[in-house]
Amino acid sequence: MSDMRADYILKLLEKDERLDGRKLDQFREISIEKNIIATAEGSAKVKLGKTEVIVGVKMNFGEPFPDMPDAGVLRTEAELMPMAHPDFTSGPPGEDATEIARVIDRGIRESESIDVEKLCITKGEKVWSVFVDFYPINHDGNLIDAGSLAAIVALKNTRIPELDKEGKIDREKLKNPLPVMHFPLMITVGKVGNKMIIDPTFEEEQVLDSKLSIAVTEEGKVVAMQKSGSVGLTDDDVDNMIDIAVKKSKELRKLIEDGKKTSK
Amino acid sequence: MMKTDEKMIVKGKRLDGRKPDDLRKIEMEVGVIPNADGSSKVSFGKTTAIVAVYGPRSLFPRHLQESESGIIQFKYDMATFSVDDRKRPGPSRRETEISKVARLAIEPVLFLKNYPKTTVDVFVEILQADGSTRVTAINAASLALADAGVPMRDLVVGLSGGKVDDTLILDLCGKEDNYSDADVPMAFLPNKNEITLLQMDGRLTPEETKQIIRNILHAGKEIYKKQVETLKRKYSE
Repeated sequence: MSDMRADYILKLLEKDERLDGRKLDQFREISIEKNIIATAEGSAKVKLGKTEVIVGVKMNFGEPFPDMPDAGVLRTEAELMPMAHPDFTSGPPGEDATEIARVIDRGIRESESIDVEKLCITKGEKVWSVFVDFYPINHDGNLIDAGSLAAIVALKNTRIPELDKEGKIDREKLKNPLPVMHFPLMITVGKVGNKMIIDPTFEEEQVLDSKLSIAVTEEGKVVAMQKSGSVGLTDDDVDNMIDIAVKKSKELRKLIEDGKKTSK
Repeated sequence: MMKTDEKMIVKGKRLDGRKPDDLRKIEMEVGVIPNADGSSKVSFGKTTAIVAVYGPRSLFPRHLQESESGIIQFKYDMATFSVDDRKRPGPSRRETEISKVARLAIEPVLFLKNYPKTTVDVFVEILQADGSTRVTAINAASLALADAGVPMRDLVVGLSGGKVDDTLILDLCGKEDNYSDADVPMAFLPNKNEITLLQMDGRLTPEETKQIIRNILHAGKEIYKKQVETLKRKYSE
């Protein structure tokens, strides 16, 4: 992005304005589609404005961790596919992809969203592994919030395959829903100068000083955070960002429950 | 080829009710990825490919550049959730080979000499795999290149043929692919009468092989028409 463009975005933000006409604390239009991948046990597509992401869930046999012999295993991975943005290149997941995957994972894990003890098949030997795979299709900013939302919607719509007489997975028979107990929402608050914004576009992300991604449960509890960006935050900034995230998570939750796409 | 006791054809009908020469339901769309210069989504039944084209654009690192010509970088990738048992992320040997043959299938339609030192990047993601993924990807790549406005000598049509239960068939689904006596993925330029991808594995007589190729060329005309309609639809909207 050119310096002129960056300056223009910054000047607008100083006046509490944004390129696309949104308020600083306003989401872009949101669309959520469930069960879009026939070969996955659960899936979702989320659009935030022009950002579009897909999450697919696969259930495979796995081994439990030694310290939790009767718990299933959750694993989240992300690939920043070169198709989604001209700056993305092919190759194994780098720092950014790994961070995105781990932050999405943390929101789900730390809210104890999935009742992993219901995923035990043989204690200490065999459990269900739940693979959550994140693919951006078009990157126009805020992949973490879009990915977190797609992940929890996909998990909420995941069905566990039945086992046949020989104990093999029969994927043509998807039966019991995955036990999803909580529905955390990730809200990333960006800071630039003394302004706070939510749901930044790709161009806005380029001018942000810092971001704080905050996962909030339905009770309004904070379960995961990740700061990114190269400028430090004061304690007042963090207080402020948490308040924004909790407030906006309630609004987003209502939007999803009501099946609406936008709010003012 | 794997073996099964299951019959692939019963009373002239295939597993999904098709006749031997029937294609599955084909869906095509262009302009699905705003960031890309061109893009498309193509489904043959449950097989779905999404493709982005970027370029011609500068190519780095520079040692990859050709001073007299542009190049195509083609990446065929299957999403982890596109198959029954989760695929491990990262390119497998199979995906690497398909990337190569698919690149060669589309290369003849581009005027790469006009873009020295640049690359045309074609990124394929298979979202759902139910057989014939490489030819689905080639149809999608053809549309995405046209959508990008890259000059082309022709469109590229992909279609698979094969043999199950002593019957020659077209557009193999996943199960037919697994248990067929032979499968023949093919791509061709419908107006130039050039075959640009031809692979085969299995067991066929020379006559059967020739017949399958003729069947693909014939049925592929429908796919060509669909591609043209899809591109026209975008510009008439």
